[in-house]
Amino acid sequence: MIFLTRRATFSASHYYWNDGWTAEKNEQVFGRCSNKNGHGHNYTLEVTVAGEPDPVTGFVVDLKWLKDVIEREILSSWDHRHLNLEVPEFAHAIPTTENIAIAAWKRLDKPVSQAGGARLNRIRVYETPEVFAEFRGPA
Amino acid sequence: MKASFGRRYLFSASHRLHTDALSPEENRSAFGKCNNPHGHGHNYVVEVLVGGDVDPETGMVVNLVVLDDLVRTRVLERFDHAHLNLDPVFMNRVPTTENLCKTVFQLLKGAFGPATLECVRVEETENNFFECYG
Repeated sequence: MIFLTRRATFSASHYYWNDGWTAEKNEQVFGRCSNKNGHGHNYTLEVTVAGEPDPVTGFVVDLKWLKDVIEREILSSWDHRHLNLEVPEFAHAIPTTENIAIAAWKRLDKPVSQAGGARLNRIRVYETPEVFAEFRGPA
Repeated sequence: MKASFGRRYLFSASHRLHTDALSPEENRSAFGKCNNPHGHGHNYVVEVLVGGDVDPETGMVVNLVVLDDLVRTRVLERFDHAHLNLDPVFMNRVPTTENLCKTVFQLLKGAFGPATLECVRVEETENNFFECYG
């Protein structure tokens, strides 16, 4: 089994807010991230797929194909967007790094598995170089 | 839904790889320049990976502020700008980065409430790193 990872970057804004809570509780739990004017990050997305190299091409997946899938399924919707206001997954889920990793998995799982050959193994999302979340699929 | 949350921290410390169980020649042979008598230092990177259910109310596995506080009080304040060999945990253990990695795992294990510590990774330099999964 070979694990192949492709990295992509996108820039987006967000804020953390739970509508079920008071403003005071939101500020207490989320701190500066609760500022409703939002703030932004340069995110790095790492997409890992697992499979055996194709005997003809030697590829687990074609990297150009994977790049295009990431572009079509994720970057075209998320890059230079406000995640809370413009991305449907985050209309009701707080766009924490954890939830962004889960949402990326949901957008990529089917396209990767339908292509045959490889399956999605891991999503890692860096919010900053020091902070990241990863999702390895539903348990 | 389970996910993992990771964070990187930095501390600087000195150490010397040496054990009284070996002769001076054997120490030199085993540890090379890391055995030089007065020690040397590194900028260590500690990467902490915590896993668990994403809280439906917060969208978080673990609150970053809580994670930062725990790592700061249990690890960084203890080892930053310190000589590792003088720490009680290394009195009878060589402060290799393997042992440091295991120590950091032990210091943080069980600290994150419902979330669990999955992995501690310690980078001694840009070119070598060690991971402990418990």
